[in-house]
Amino acid sequence: MDDAAALLEPLIPALRRYAYALTRNHAAADDLVQDTLERALSHWMLRRRDGALRAWLFTILRNTYINSLRRARRQGEHAPINDEDAHARDGAPDAALGVRDVLATLDQLPEDHKSVLLLVGVEELSYEDASRVLGVPVGTVMSRLSRARQRLRAMLETGRTTMLRRVK
Amino acid sequence: MTAPQMPIGEDDLTALADDRLPAERRPVVAAYLAAHPDVALRVEADMAQRDALRASLAAKFNEPVPSRLRIANIAASRRARLTTRLRLVAASLLLLAIGAAGGWGLRALSLPGASEPPAAISLAGAAFDAYRTFVVEVAHPVEVRAENEAHLIGWLSKRIGKPLKAPDLGRFGFRLMGGRVLPASSGAAAMLMYDNDLGARLTVYIRADKGAETAFQFRREGDVSTFMWLDRGFGFAISAPLDRTRLLPIAEAVYKETAA
Repeated sequence: MDDAAALLEPLIPALRRYAYALTRNHAAADDLVQDTLERALSHWMLRRRDGALRAWLFTILRNTYINSLRRARRQGEHAPINDEDAHARDGAPDAALGVRDVLATLDQLPEDHKSVLLLVGVEELSYEDASRVLGVPVGTVMSRLSRARQRLRAMLETGRTTMLRRVK
Repeated sequence: MTAPQMPIGEDDLTALADDRLPAERRPVVAAYLAAHPDVALRVEADMAQRDALRASLAAKFNEPVPSRLRIANIAASRRARLTTRLRLVAASLLLLAIGAAGGWGLRALSLPGASEPPAAISLAGAAFDAYRTFVVEVAHPVEVRAENEAHLIGWLSKRIGKPLKAPDLGRFGFRLMGGRVLPASSGAAAMLMYDNDLGARLTVYIRADKGAETAFQFRREGDVSTFMWLDRGFGFAISAPLDRTRLLPIAEAVYKETAA
């Protein structure tokens, strides 16, 4: 397990960042990372040995997240998972608005758009690794990226104009 | 990816926004953007968004990692769970041994000369050996791949003398990879292999077996669980690196599909 620790530990900050961007809740994000690491350890002998450890971990994390969403939906849970951040947003100083803005806007995108923007834009996965994580061909990764960016742009534009109107 | 003389495509603009445009494409794309300032603005906006996204998540990335996420701690709690489970298995094996010894003694009294090994136990051993041998195969885990499912199933059915069908385990996240024929004491055994998104592999092992019909029996070796049963002249064993509660519904599904 020592080699597992040496290989996995450096990747944990990135896993927490992706998990937080998906769940937008600090505790839920760490639960998700913990599940991911437990699964990685129990399947450690079965991992692909072609160096794509990061892509493998992001795949486990994303599948775990999607399964938990599905389970929650099936059980009809309406737990407001973004509660904590909704409060934080209310009291956020104006200076942070620009930065808060983009995360809040990202929340309105479907998971596959959100994930492609995060995996390529923030985690800097290659298009090939992103295609592995998302389970779609590289061409689809690129067209999904382009569509996701277009939607994000459109939403940020409208957001900005409504904000301006409110300020006036 | 794209040759220098190809017309500008969405993928060029996407790659540019990601700073991944191949060097030979850069001059062509730069010339295009100079002639189309609206598109240049769009790409700039995409880059600004990406940077904003990175900035908004930078604090999270730089946070100290909570101790519950330390690999050593996760591995320790895993080990503790495994030890409890192993103790339970050891206890049940002991009971099994006592039962078998008792049964064997009685059998010797009533049926002198009869001595065949308990069928389910040899079945589990064979299935487990097959699992261990082929699950680690990277290049050739199966002889015939799932793409030729009709051929695979026809071939396996013929070899073991039972019309088979590959159980659909999609709702458990397992996809058929393919299968192979294996030698068995009774002639031939068929093994179907499945995998899931985590790369975990599951095998369904089937062979002719004249033992009496049995209920599900469970066995665990290391990380690998096996459920087995005998039904109408055939022995079945399902093996996967899952715990008992997760493997049981899969075994039940296979039982239902193969009994139908």
